[in-house]
Amino acid sequence: MFEIRIHSRGGQGGVTAARLLALSAIHDGKYATACPFYGAERRGAPIVSFVRIDDTPIKIYSQIKKPDMVVVLDASVMDVVDVLQGLKKGGKVLINSTQKKEFAGFSSSHVDLTGIALRENLVVAGSPILNTPVLGALAKMGVISVDSAKKSIREMFSDERNVKAAEAAYREMSA
Amino acid sequence: MKKIATGNKAVAEAVKQVQPVVVAAYPITPQTEIVEQIAEFVSSGELKSRYIPVESEHSAMAACIGASVTGIRTFTATSSHGLLYMHEMTNWAAGARLPVVMANVNRSIGPGWNIWAEHTDAMQERDTGWLQVFVSTVQEAYDTTLMAFRIAEHNDVLLPVMVNLDGFTLSHIMQPLDTVETGDFIPPMYLPHAIDPKNPAGYGGLTGPDQHFKFRWDIERSMRDSVKIIEETEKDFADRFGRKYGFTEDYRCEDAEVVVVSMGTLGKEAEVAIDQLRKEGIRAGSMRLRWFRPFPRLNLKGKEVVVIDRDYSFGFGGVLAKSIQAQLKTDVFSVIAGLGGQEVTYEDIADFVRKRRIGEESWFGVNANV
Repeated sequence: MFEIRIHSRGGQGGVTAARLLALSAIHDGKYATACPFYGAERRGAPIVSFVRIDDTPIKIYSQIKKPDMVVVLDASVMDVVDVLQGLKKGGKVLINSTQKKEFAGFSSSHVDLTGIALRENLVVAGSPILNTPVLGALAKMGVISVDSAKKSIREMFSDERNVKAAEAAYREMSA
Repeated sequence: MKKIATGNKAVAEAVKQVQPVVVAAYPITPQTEIVEQIAEFVSSGELKSRYIPVESEHSAMAACIGASVTGIRTFTATSSHGLLYMHEMTNWAAGARLPVVMANVNRSIGPGWNIWAEHTDAMQERDTGWLQVFVSTVQEAYDTTLMAFRIAEHNDVLLPVMVNLDGFTLSHIMQPLDTVETGDFIPPMYLPHAIDPKNPAGYGGLTGPDQHFKFRWDIERSMRDSVKIIEETEKDFADRFGRKYGFTEDYRCEDAEVVVVSMGTLGKEAEVAIDQLRKEGIRAGSMRLRWFRPFPRLNLKGKEVVVIDRDYSFGFGGVLAKSIQAQLKTDVFSVIAGLGGQEVTYEDIADFVRKRRIGEESWFGVNANV
């Protein structure tokens, strides 16, 4: 079982990112579940979503406490939330950032999802869309296949700019 | 096509497949997505139902009753306080022998105000004459909602059915969903006592002391008859669509010395606990109770039983634990866990088994020793 925790702020699309990621894994022939942790959500508040991927049906409903991977869609949540909490030794961190951030004991990657969204003009109500480009980065990291990522995005969004943004993230992501 | 859906969306998809003539509902967290999705299906024309937005849950059930009594298929959905507000009318639906189908997204009762999973809301409807079933996956929510219509409308049953799914834990999780074409799996609804303007008759008038008990017995008779109809429906469903259900879902119970009994999503999480316990050499099994009304005969003879209740009857005990104790005529270990969405992991459930004390009750997170 591969467990992923996604950190974002309310309104940034973290829940949709989890859904797209799970759907992509299902398209890869695996089992997957995605669940947001529902608290008192409001726009801008730090939130977490969870994705589990496995080769057999997933029976666990409780929250992920020891993720294999952490995705940070908004680096500013790191000021208020310990995003590394419970992360397995040697676990992966993917951060939406223009700069590399080092974490002792973990392997860190970064990609400028916000920049990509702005370049592709993927902006809704003034906020850059991060949940479709992040799939490109996750494909680059080998969590899902590129084909499944694109297929999932196309199933949920008719605007091809979402796919282009994911392709850009795939190209530009640096380990 | 491979889909991914939440528990709520799965229920709405099933409703779309069944095409009830009338849907009357009032939104409440965490059920809201069901109502939203149904409204979308109605507006897109995929669902031909007459959707009645009402001002309260009491009216939602009243509208379903009014529609159902004309012999047409009806559906509603609610949760928690919405269900309680309906209570007078849920009794009416059962008493008037109307096969209304309802999804209840299980949520705790306030105060303290809390929107997360608990079974107490459904337990408070336990004695109304509704059939009650608890599901544990998105697929099961879909499949069971389909079957609920056929079971409710069967002329040997003619009682309303409540499909229960855990708030957030199941209503909002996204899992794979395989939708089906039901074909003639659900026959057209026929209500023998439907009102007919050409043949006027009065219903619901004063029923004297010489008659009332007969109506009550008639509900119980149908409740007992429903056992066979549930079995038949689940078998036909398995034959047609390949997914098997039952009154309980038993996991590694056959040679088990100790069995965990629970309902809803905790029953799935329990299976992971069982695998872990087996590795430690503890012969454990899990029995997830699906149908709570009618309450089935449980095959637990000679086994130690650990019951997890996500509910409580104050001054008495866990409803499930007490029911099982009464049926088995033997003590169980009663654990009260998961109230108001309290996090319960498979590791916790494994601990309930390891530290079981038959004959005692323990509140998870309250008693220091569990």
